[in-house]
Amino acid sequence: MRYIEPHGHMVSRTTDDYQAMVTAGCVAVCEPAFWAGFDRGSAAGFRDYYRQLTEYEPARAAKFLLPHFSWICLNPKEAEDLSLARDVLALIPEFLQRPNVLGIGEIGLNRNTRNELTVLEQHVELAVKHDQLILVHTPHLEDKLKGTQLILDLLGSHRGVKPERVIIDHVEEHTIQRVLDRGFWAGITLYPDSKSSPPRAVDMLEICGRERIWMNSACDWGVSDPLAVPKTALEMRRRGHSAEFVDAVLYANPHRFLSQCPKFRLGQSFSG
Amino acid sequence: MPRVPLAASQAVVDHGFIAVRAKLIDVAAFLDRVERHGVAGDFRCAALREAAALLVDGQPERARRILELLSDPTTEPELKSSGKAALGAWPRPASATVAPLPSL
Repeated sequence: MRYIEPHGHMVSRTTDDYQAMVTAGCVAVCEPAFWAGFDRGSAAGFRDYYRQLTEYEPARAAKFLLPHFSWICLNPKEAEDLSLARDVLALIPEFLQRPNVLGIGEIGLNRNTRNELTVLEQHVELAVKHDQLILVHTPHLEDKLKGTQLILDLLGSHRGVKPERVIIDHVEEHTIQRVLDRGFWAGITLYPDSKSSPPRAVDMLEICGRERIWMNSACDWGVSDPLAVPKTALEMRRRGHSAEFVDAVLYANPHRFLSQCPKFRLGQSFSG
Repeated sequence: MPRVPLAASQAVVDHGFIAVRAKLIDVAAFLDRVERHGVAGDFRCAALREAAALLVDGQPERARRILELLSDPTTEPELKSSGKAALGAWPRPASATVAPLPSL
């Protein structure tokens, strides 16, 4: 089996996790910028993080023969300080030129505030200006439905946004169809205690179809499982879905979306 | 919808039942526990009781409907953040209808 982990926060993981993922069939990992668990105090702190995502982490993954790609942004959990956000966004264009950077992400909303929306809009402008793919984080728990609708409205009102170049992540049963109906890609995140479990993820595939959907573990420093994606393959096979079906969802779909960025290229031994 | 062999449909029960049975008992035990500790009036516990009623209302799309029930139904952006973390249920205004506490 082969799969792409399209959303993993590998800076939080041990090298053992890289080894386990490759052993399970992972052929590429993509790492969006996110919240470190504490608020960074300056733009310089973000610059160091972006260097970690574009220099150090790809080298660490390469030790396990795993191509590593990244996404750059200021995450919505740190978007309340508009002054800091302005300084951080000014850094981003420089890093968009790095060879492993696929686009702007994971941007979006956390508590659905006006300041978060302002910074989201600035990120979208930046992405359109630099012709970047966009990866969107949707809020947690009771905030997800409202936040997803606010995000869809913002993206839908921007004439420069091409829905087929945007993935809206962390969808659940109450948001997935809204995302797909607007022409965007939808990401299902597999978490032990929140977002979606492997059985629920396969339910969504059976109900909504498999087009324009990817799955990810979003493994980070919290309760999460870097092998959640291959474990979902087992759930698919138990239900009688074919190997071709599994490959389409876990490899071909993310490959199709990510290949819209010319920098996303896998070696022959990986792409088959 | 993908075509799935009939034999695999039985596997949905065979492989899923025990795990879901355990989760259901966890829900029951949690509701017992919050009553025993005198915190069953917390808005999150009330939301959980209301959501649990949807499990047995005979209607489809239970997961979607429960997620919607637990969601913030407002549409305007918040003026400021009330903190980094969401709570799992929307704290309804006092005037809104919520599931009644069970009689003890």
